[in-house]
Amino acid sequence: MAGPPLEPFAGSGRRFESGMQVYLPIAELSVDVFLLLGLGGLIGFLSGLFGVGGGFLMTPLLIFIGVPPAIAVATQSTHVVASSVSGVLAHWKRGNVDVKMGAILLGGGFVGSTLGVGLFTLLRSIGQIDLVISLSYVVLLGTLGVMLMLEGARAMLRSRSKAKAGKLHSHHWAHGLPLKTRFRKSRLYISALVPLAIGFMVGLISAIMGVGGGFILVPLMIYVLGMPTTVVIGTSLFQIIFVSANVSFLQASQNQAVDLVLALLLIVGGVIGAQFGGRLGARLPGEMLRLLLGLLILSVGAKLLIDLLVTPDDIYSLGLT
Amino acid sequence: MTSRLRRRLQTRWPTRLLLVLAVLVAVAPPARSVGLVADLSSYLVAITTGFAGEDVLFFGAVDGPGDVVVVLRGPEVEQQVLRKSQVAGIWMNTARMTFQQVPSFYAVASTRPIEEIAEPPVLRSLEIGVEHLRLALPTALVSANLAEEWRAALIRNKQDQGLFAREHTKVTLRDNTLFRTSFYLPPNVPVGYYQAQVYLFRDGQAVSAQTIPLSVSKVGLEADVFLFAHQRPSLYGLVAVVIALLAGWIAHAAFRRN
Repeated sequence: MAGPPLEPFAGSGRRFESGMQVYLPIAELSVDVFLLLGLGGLIGFLSGLFGVGGGFLMTPLLIFIGVPPAIAVATQSTHVVASSVSGVLAHWKRGNVDVKMGAILLGGGFVGSTLGVGLFTLLRSIGQIDLVISLSYVVLLGTLGVMLMLEGARAMLRSRSKAKAGKLHSHHWAHGLPLKTRFRKSRLYISALVPLAIGFMVGLISAIMGVGGGFILVPLMIYVLGMPTTVVIGTSLFQIIFVSANVSFLQASQNQAVDLVLALLLIVGGVIGAQFGGRLGARLPGEMLRLLLGLLILSVGAKLLIDLLVTPDDIYSLGLT
Repeated sequence: MTSRLRRRLQTRWPTRLLLVLAVLVAVAPPARSVGLVADLSSYLVAITTGFAGEDVLFFGAVDGPGDVVVVLRGPEVEQQVLRKSQVAGIWMNTARMTFQQVPSFYAVASTRPIEEIAEPPVLRSLEIGVEHLRLALPTALVSANLAEEWRAALIRNKQDQGLFAREHTKVTLRDNTLFRTSFYLPPNVPVGYYQAQVYLFRDGQAVSAQTIPLSVSKVGLEADVFLFAHQRPSLYGLVAVVIALLAGWIAHAAFRRN
């Protein structure tokens, strides 16, 4: 008595059949749990291996799997908070945090990141945020990748000849500015305006790109501020925690763009991945690591650039509802 | 975002009532005596943690030969459409238009291709078929042929997302009495109050109609997180930060032990 089977005229829609799907409530997207855990694990592994935060690789990868760029960036800042906390605790115990320097960087960082989130909200409302995120990443990853590869290649060549000793730190224009302050832990007497400006710039980048910004902050602290390398990592992580916390909070309260389910899955994967990465990283030579990281960063940047240059399948797309 | 939420939370009765009235007006008065009874498998589609799309089954009975058409519409929203063009080699959004009252989901099922069931004016007045949806841009903004291009782009993009059905689903009518059909709601289905309009067509006219409500909503953890994020955004932000801090601390503790 059963009626004839239902026969649609054609496929009535897309159907994804897969292992275990999880619905991301803010991204409004159904994604495989193991894909997200794996992604978190991969980035965690890389950050353990190379000793970098990995946020600048996570955001593009989230975009590649279909998470809206704005939500990828906002959620990533929450992830940065978690990974920076576990990093800073180790440095804090060893006394490798210059709190005074960190606080001044943070002052600039708060202003920069707050302005950054405001800019983010504005760009989102006029439909340009995706472009700005992609372009920032292309510029950042391109520069970073080339620098790392050059340095890695140079170090590999140099390791055969004798290493040259350099000055402790150089004197330059930044030392002529007012508001000179003494930083005991860093053994520095410099203008407070320089760390304030650096903090501001990195805060702005942090808000737009959803990264901690350690990869920009660390070279600036070493080469511009002249801080000793022992306190640089701890101090940068210290300020990144608060700046990223500020970004997460503002992204959540202004844009409702932080997806906690996504963030938690990435954090869990990241914690596990970082363990394995750290162990392997200890065994590989540093120059080789830098060359590999440079290559990886360049390929992600190239993919983003190609997506911007290739004629899209459809020049029309849907914006905000 | 907040306005979108407000729309989602608002009870849809006023719009719904208007739609029901519109249907009653569209259906000729003597048609009320003609029998059509329809129902669906579930009035609530729950989006839970493991939601990966769902089929909604419609079934019912008619009192004789004719064609059955079912139209499923999602809540109406304002939808922005963006157009890219090349600027210095890079494709960027350079123009945007906002359509008012776009159904966030739209699908049609029918016993025969709809063009064979009724004439275009009838289909247009009942908005049956994607091509007959009333999606107009303010005429002050664009010329007619440009407006048509934007409209086509909106429909195409909604179809690519699986939210406007590309093809009509088949309604199976048995012995001119029992009918059934099903719609597939994809994983990215928008939440809100849906309307299913079931029509019975005879000789190119809708002789009977029935409206059935359907609710698509996030349930459980998904709903809690979404509502929390939109209703108490500042508190949500604080909680997100605290969770991240805790997770980082736990990770540190786990590392140390190893």
